[in-house]
Amino acid sequence: MKEGVARFWREIPQRYNFIGNKCGTCDTVFFPPRESCPYCRRKSIGKMKETKLAGKGEVVTYTIIHVGPEDFEEQTPYPIAIIKLEEGPQITAQIVDCPLDEVKIGMKVESTFRKIQQDGHTGAIYYGYKFKKQRQ
Amino acid sequence: MRDVAVIGVGLTKFGELWDQSFRQLIAEAGSKAILDAKIEGKDIDALYVGSMSSGRFVDQEHVGALVAEVSGFSQLHIPATRVEGACASGGLAVREGYLSIASGINDIVVVGGIEKMNDVGGTAATEILATASDQEWEAFFGATFPGIYAMIATRHMHEYGTTKEQLAQVAVKNHANGVFNPYAQYQSPISLESVLRATTVAWPLGLMDCSPVSDGAASLVLCAAEKAKKYTEKPIKIIGSGQASDTLALHGRRDICTLDATVYAAKKAYKQANLTPKDIDFAEVHDCFTIAEICAIEDLGFVEKGKGGKAIDNKITTLDGSLPVNTSGGLKAKGHPVGATGVAQIVELTTQLRGEAGKRQVKDAKIGLAHNVGGSGATCVIHIMEAM
Ligand SMILES: CC(C)(COP(=O)(O)OP(=O)(O)OC[C@H]1O[C@@H](n2cnc3c(N)ncnc32)[C@H](O)[C@@H]1OP(=O)(O)O)[C@@H](O)C(=O)NCCC(=O)NCCS
Ligand SMILES: [Zn+2]
Repeated sequence: MKEGVARFWREIPQRYNFIGNKCGTCDTVFFPPRESCPYCRRKSIGKMKETKLAGKGEVVTYTIIHVGPEDFEEQTPYPIAIIKLEEGPQITAQIVDCPLDEVKIGMKVESTFRKIQQDGHTGAIYYGYKFKKQRQ
Repeated sequence: MRDVAVIGVGLTKFGELWDQSFRQLIAEAGSKAILDAKIEGKDIDALYVGSMSSGRFVDQEHVGALVAEVSGFSQLHIPATRVEGACASGGLAVREGYLSIASGINDIVVVGGIEKMNDVGGTAATEILATASDQEWEAFFGATFPGIYAMIATRHMHEYGTTKEQLAQVAVKNHANGVFNPYAQYQSPISLESVLRATTVAWPLGLMDCSPVSDGAASLVLCAAEKAKKYTEKPIKIIGSGQASDTLALHGRRDICTLDATVYAAKKAYKQANLTPKDIDFAEVHDCFTIAEICAIEDLGFVEKGKGGKAIDNKITTLDGSLPVNTSGGLKAKGHPVGATGVAQIVELTTQLRGEAGKRQVKDAKIGLAHNVGGSGATCVIHIMEAM
């Protein structure tokens, strides 16, 4: 069962390239890209334009996961945060290269390409973005 | 639209029920409700069953028809529909039953809710529950369900000064109520220290901030209000029903600390009932995690945003407070077999409004509210009830 789900995950290019889109009517940026803008709905159709994000932002909130899913067990305890990207959208990602007690709300972070998890059954490795403290 | 009333209720014990199967549990709850309502199989126009993930928990989908069959109705060919909205599956099944009677299509409907979560083991249960979050943009990155609620807690603590002690007091209160509920998974009181000392699941939430993994089923019989007195002395009317949705992922929301689905569903239910939050005497709210109860009492309008922690300090929501919350023990102590929860909440409101809640009876309980959430707030369904 797991394999099918995993294959689906692997085929999501936004996990590597940080390409979102922007509503041509209200300029709101979306990541992952959306088919239409939830604020402008009908008026946004056909006006969504691809846009590259910088992969930088700020921690809005976070947790330290101690009881993790099977494929993350070797990584526990690990911090997960909601990050508000400079362009506006919020995403969920792991914070890395940072002592657990230094993760804070308001911390400036930037993306880094990492291994996210390894499927315990197939051994397949999945990559994507994690975030680390921004260098000043 | 016609008025709708509850005329029968049934519950199984909630807990780790190793010796009972999915089929036994739902048949037990259903037959208790049907006996309570004093109806016969031929009176039933339709069946709605809430179940979040029977496919992954017990390897069985298509449980609408299965429930009709194990309840002994296969020869009556009653229409049977399974309803899914993660942990709000039960509440949604109640609402579907309600709507089908209110619309005039059905007169009598049986609603069931069930989940059998322990058969798969703890790690698998965590993964299955995570399917209620956004698999591609939350769970993929390692966010668990407790982790997502923990992020609400961290932000709530940051913005409003809510403390770990206030969170813990929610668990202490709900376990204190669970002592008086013979169906509850946990029926012993717990101390503040034991909650604060418990192992961390997802900081700032510890094990005792979490609802447990549970098996259990609940059932109701709904009836057109005009016919309800034929079956029972004490029909309990549903006077408001509201439902709303939001983004699956927490990070997609307007505000991390507000469940807008609760706000919108509540607005609809209050409007239909022609009531305000002040008119509610007691409530069953979706305390899947302690922080969830604090957000719920804020989003339902019982207290101002950010004052939920203070309300716990001031003991407003205890059994003898001005607005008792989770008299059943809540998801925390009663247990949280996810598909059963929304139905079990209505069972508690009915029991209270009938005046049959024994040692946990709320004095002068006239109007109760039930609040059932799916995921971290992507689905919310609210019912307001009153004795007829
Ligand atoms: C918190 C959680 C991870 C604990 O699971 P666990 O670590 O496997 O815990 P165990 O089963 O090993 O239980 C250890 C002990 O604590 C008790 N316990 C477990 N969970 C408990 C809980 N939530 N509340 C109170 N006691 C609990 C057990 O009964 C057991 O007691 P015992 O040793 O006397 O038998 C698990 O309950 C959980 O995932 N809860 C969240 C469920 C959820 O997300 N629901 C959906 C929300 S919408
Ligand atoms: Zn727009």
